[in-house]
Amino acid sequence: MIALSRPVLARRPDWATLPVLIGAAIVGAWIIVALTIHWWSPYDPVQLVGRRLMPPSAEHWLGTDALGRDVLSRTLYGVRHSLPIAALVVAVAVLIGFLLGAGAGFVGGILDAVVMRLVDVTLSFPPILLAMAVTASLGPGLRNAAIAMVIVWWPVYARLMRAQVLAMRGREHVDAAVTSGARPARVLFTHILPLCWSPIIVNASMDFGQIVLLVASLSFIGLGAVPPTPEWGQMISEGALHFYHWWIAAGPGIAILTIVLGFNFLGDALRDILDPRSR
Amino acid sequence: MARYIVRRLVAMPLLLLGVVTIAFLLSHFTQADPLTSIVGERQMNNQAVVEAARKRWGLDRSLPEQYLVYVGNLLTGDLGISFRTKQPVAYDLKLRLPATLELVVAAMLIGTAAGVALGVVAARFHDRPSDHAARLFALVGASTPVFWSGLILLYVFSVQLGWLPGPGRIDARGAAPPFVTGMYTLDSLIAGDFATFRSALSHLVLPACVLGWTMIGIVSRMVRASMLDVLGQEYVLTARAKGASELRVLLNHALRNALIPALTIIGFSFAYLITGAILTETIFAWPGVGSYAVAAARELDHPAIIGVTIVGGAAFLLANLLTDIAYALVDPRVRVGGARGS
Amino acid sequence: MSRPPLLVVRDLAVTFPGTGGLRLQAVRGIDLDLNDGEALGVVGESGSGKSVSMLGLLGLLPEQAKVTGSVLFRGQELLGMAPRALQAIRGARIGMIFQDPLTALNPVLRVGEQIVEAIRIHHPGVSRKAAMARAVDLLDLVSIPQPRERVRQYPHEFSGGMRQRVMIAMAVANEPELLIADEPTTALDVTVQAQILELLQDLRSRLGIGLVLITHDLGVVAGTADTVAVMYAGRIVEHGAVDALFEAPRHPYTRGLLAALPTLEVADRPLVGIEGRPPSLRERPSGCAFHPRCAFAQARCRVEMPELRHVGSTWSACHFAETLPPGLDVGTPSPAHAADGGR
Repeated sequence: MIALSRPVLARRPDWATLPVLIGAAIVGAWIIVALTIHWWSPYDPVQLVGRRLMPPSAEHWLGTDALGRDVLSRTLYGVRHSLPIAALVVAVAVLIGFLLGAGAGFVGGILDAVVMRLVDVTLSFPPILLAMAVTASLGPGLRNAAIAMVIVWWPVYARLMRAQVLAMRGREHVDAAVTSGARPARVLFTHILPLCWSPIIVNASMDFGQIVLLVASLSFIGLGAVPPTPEWGQMISEGALHFYHWWIAAGPGIAILTIVLGFNFLGDALRDILDPRSR
Repeated sequence: MARYIVRRLVAMPLLLLGVVTIAFLLSHFTQADPLTSIVGERQMNNQAVVEAARKRWGLDRSLPEQYLVYVGNLLTGDLGISFRTKQPVAYDLKLRLPATLELVVAAMLIGTAAGVALGVVAARFHDRPSDHAARLFALVGASTPVFWSGLILLYVFSVQLGWLPGPGRIDARGAAPPFVTGMYTLDSLIAGDFATFRSALSHLVLPACVLGWTMIGIVSRMVRASMLDVLGQEYVLTARAKGASELRVLLNHALRNALIPALTIIGFSFAYLITGAILTETIFAWPGVGSYAVAAARELDHPAIIGVTIVGGAAFLLANLLTDIAYALVDPRVRVGGARGS
Repeated sequence: MSRPPLLVVRDLAVTFPGTGGLRLQAVRGIDLDLNDGEALGVVGESGSGKSVSMLGLLGLLPEQAKVTGSVLFRGQELLGMAPRALQAIRGARIGMIFQDPLTALNPVLRVGEQIVEAIRIHHPGVSRKAAMARAVDLLDLVSIPQPRERVRQYPHEFSGGMRQRVMIAMAVANEPELLIADEPTTALDVTVQAQILELLQDLRSRLGIGLVLITHDLGVVAGTADTVAVMYAGRIVEHGAVDALFEAPRHPYTRGLLAALPTLEVADRPLVGIEGRPPSLRERPSGCAFHPRCAFAQARCRVEMPELRHVGSTWSACHFAETLPPGLDVGTPSPAHAADGGR
């Protein structure tokens, strides 16, 4: 080998780039906060613990809000609402999307036509409008907001799964399984599905951030979390009312920013690993 | 190409019908009893009034009949009466549409220009600090809730620095220019009223930038990827071999080709902007369709919510269709067809 | 001649970054000479480094590539020249055409505009109208029918051969002194190939330009070139006047290439190939890079890289250039050698 310079010392694996590490660190930190905050939170998020509308100080690092609650504690507790909801919505949306999409792709015919029309129509709406409409119909509250978001999001995965299944159906090993007499369900589950997962995972990881933003947006409008729940969107809405007391909105805003950024970094990195074509 | 467009045009009404149907179902299965909002709490005991309202809104008929009534009303442009404003929803929307349009168009211009510029810079200085900085800027824009960035920027630029005015479309003292398009910036230009133009523009800048920032992320990412792809093409090498300067290669050759796939993203970002507009208008007290929708949602004004949803869905469908048509027009390989002669 | 020679290349070498901080040597020790009106053929399989050398010469390689040596164009050193000065030379005094005109022409610009651009980059004072008129003349020069209509068409509306003519028109638009053609006929049908080569010859004699013709096809070189350089694994292995090279090649690789040419003269002769494949950039063998595929290889070939030296009527980089059997004999590989596996 005609080499011209000395080899560099062994490097870390390709995927462990800076964004990935930062993203993982951020998301990891928030998960830890979510799991442990009740042990070390400076104050109770719902109790009135200080004078109202105090700017950041040594006792209240992010000051107090309009009712005298500690902003920092409320900000940290907020993750206990946003994160599980996002996870739940993504999980259910993927599940429904998978069932309907894979079913449509595999079975074809009427099921396919109906499901795809449903997908097309649902995707014709700007997501937030549809979520607003659904939540308004069902009534405010995080639970209904979650249902609304599942309704808005499942078509994305349905379409994805269907495309994957259709692509896989033509493969030889599927034909082999079918001709050897395997039942359709078995073919679907053991031969096709294991190969379909990577775009789903990539999409889901990128969607986590979007869902967190959507939850916050709905809460901001007043359709998601109801006071006194310390949900970030809700807090920013309160902060908007007391505009000159900037710290009330600052905390939750930065929280959203960091966690969504973390998810975006991770999602980007996952995509680079699992789908090298998109580099 | 024409066949594809025709197919899309034919599918439109069906999709619209689907949109309407879903909207109808949503409005029907609501929690609150619509009668209460229409008639008012005190009147609920008055049987005659309740019955009259019920008849007028068709609430006494079966579901399919209500549906037909609903669709029929829609076709005549009747979106119902807003519980909140007591005006026809269609009238409310018409009044507020220009404001939203002005905001969205301005945001799209800013977002596209900045997104393309960032994408080109990122591609040109691939893997160097400028690339990373550009990508980070775009990513932060996509990760920040628009209602929050609006608040922060408003606070910084309006309250602290005083460079830009506060919420609203125009100074409280000022009057709107004579109506031509409904967009204050354009109308004041048309009327030659530069003072009003400056006022309207200064009010437009901040919300448009805030809204535009949300789309910079996807646009710049797409442009960057597209540019990287194009920069590896042979015709870029040919251009260099012709003696073209780097700038010319970048703009005339690379960008021209890279923009074609990016066009779909730019069109698609319309959806982002609708989403963002709803929230941005709230922060900046911008009297458009978005803040109308938010007010309606907060007060459970169902006709208004449904009305906005239908209009939003229709606008969305239209935007997607126009994007597809534009794409087909812009790529000469699609437009002009295959090889002739031998 | 009072003018300095057209092109003098000495010891041109190109390296690329590889993985793990190492650099890969794509090309080394390239020496070339070209005078006015001459044609040089550069022949080699893919991976031999022929395109890389030419691109490196003009500074068209990506930034990570490092080019060393000396390239004197009319006495001016091209390597290390400021970008602006290089841009002034490219397209004006040195023209280049590429292999696949479909990808080498910008698909969204009309053909005329691309030619006009070539003109106006170097002659900004020329008006669009004048440049467009010249573009029409150029299309006529390269025998494209109905040039006035065709100048407004897009590349995909032309056939392969026509597109290549367009490329040639664009390359000679500013009457360069040197034309570099990188596999100009490879993507074309055989019949069209002949036409393109004829066109190049025609332009050469009419405009007096020097031509460097890069190809993997020796047949293409036979009719067009005055001198030939054969490249293998990043080096020139044989170099000489075309007739001398074809009649009495002094390198086993050249012989292999010549033997592989199908011929119509002798019927029923089996097609002879060269065993093995050319090495990739990372897997170059030690010593003489050709030794794993060479029927005449000895122990020395495995260890020592042969230098280019004058043998008979050509320059050859083979330890045993003098002792090769006369004519075109490629020899038969020994069983022990075949078991070597070409590594």
